[in-house]
Amino acid sequence: MKSLLYQKDILSIRELSLDSIQQVLDLAKNIKQNPILKTLQNKIVAHCFFENSTRTRLSFESATFRLGGQVIGFSSDEALSVKKGETLEDTIRVVSTYCDAIVMRHPREGAARFAAEISDKPIVNAGDGANQHPTQTLLDLFSMQESQGKIDGLSIALVGDLKYGRTIHSLTQACELFDIRLYLVSPESLTLPESICDRLKKRGIRYSFHQTLEEVIPKVDILYMTRIQQERFSKAEYPLIKNAYILTANHLKRAKANLKVLHPLPRVNEIDVDVDKLGHAYYFQQAANAVYVRQALLTLVLNEYVNIKVGELA
Amino acid sequence: MNKTLSVSAINNGTVIDHIQCGNALRILHFLGLIKNEYQITLGMNLPSKRLGRKDLIKIEGVELTPNQANEVMIFAPDATINIVKDFNVTQKIKTHLPEQVAEVFLCPNLVCVSQDKNIDSIFYIDEQGKHVKLTCHYCERAFDKDSLKVKM
Repeated sequence: MKSLLYQKDILSIRELSLDSIQQVLDLAKNIKQNPILKTLQNKIVAHCFFENSTRTRLSFESATFRLGGQVIGFSSDEALSVKKGETLEDTIRVVSTYCDAIVMRHPREGAARFAAEISDKPIVNAGDGANQHPTQTLLDLFSMQESQGKIDGLSIALVGDLKYGRTIHSLTQACELFDIRLYLVSPESLTLPESICDRLKKRGIRYSFHQTLEEVIPKVDILYMTRIQQERFSKAEYPLIKNAYILTANHLKRAKANLKVLHPLPRVNEIDVDVDKLGHAYYFQQAANAVYVRQALLTLVLNEYVNIKVGELA
Repeated sequence: MNKTLSVSAINNGTVIDHIQCGNALRILHFLGLIKNEYQITLGMNLPSKRLGRKDLIKIEGVELTPNQANEVMIFAPDATINIVKDFNVTQKIKTHLPEQVAEVFLCPNLVCVSQDKNIDSIFYIDEQGKHVKLTCHYCERAFDKDSLKVKM
């Protein structure tokens, strides 16, 4: 199978075609069923985390090791040349000579795109500020497809901080490629930015705004929860807002049997632990899928041909 | 009928007319003309049949290039730009919005990587009805043209 992403930078979900997304999802499914691919043997992947991360970094490391690759890198700007005042440009220029690809997280929005302009090795964006987190979106899509058997035709509720959440921004862009009905559930002050709504409208994606979980739960197949951060609200406002967006087992009594709850994690208290026991809870499977999806992505970025016949996929 | 000009005529140069009120100074900053010694006549809040009120700039001794004229459209989509020689209009520059503009604006997003002084800003331009939106190449955020500061 010829990779559609060979030597490509993975910066923003907007730049991925439907075919390339589907190739990642299909290969991830194949890897999950037959975890024996060693597609990164003799490859070195630099994991440059200029900002701390737990799940994203560990799942990228796990994905690289499972594929037989080597990892170099750092996990924060502590004790780094960055602290000594080295520019991002110089750091990337040097690191790119040490490796075959760079996985990068950075607090500045657009940092991965800038790095891609400097580096002659492919850059995989593992989160740039509140902008993009394309690999999270790929694993979200994978988890939707895996749990529902399809993506087209799904009704999806996005809940919580829709204004600042980068996973939400990336996910809404991916939704533009599919036939999806969106329910946007948030406090008024954290609603989806107008520019994203304009794009959804242009692409003919149906969406509606809601302020409570109760009104959307009976209608949706996927309930995508995100965390509302305390610092966005005054001390008086926060307790009221917070309680309105905590999902409990009680809420899900009116859910469709196939409803699955997703969450990019970490959760704080927005999903009650009682939900964990229900068949609707899918966020831990979603977190586990991170490794398979990142294995698929790294395989496709670093291999022009993958030794799997198309018929063997999915 | 006694007709008089609100803003005096120029001999040779460029007239930028039908500028949305409040944008004349931004255009002068953008063109880098404030720092120079060119003779500039500026009219602000002048009566206009088309716009109600408008700004107007007359620059003696400078002919805008087609690229500069196109970039002026970002600030003033309704503007007309004419070249004057011997007090007569000799050329009406045909303009269109450029697809992108580099190194002109500062990204208002304080956490955008282009805030770094070594990184040149790039914006993609999109006309939405009467509004001009600019999307940052790096942080991917879209801004109304009036919210962007011109790099000094």
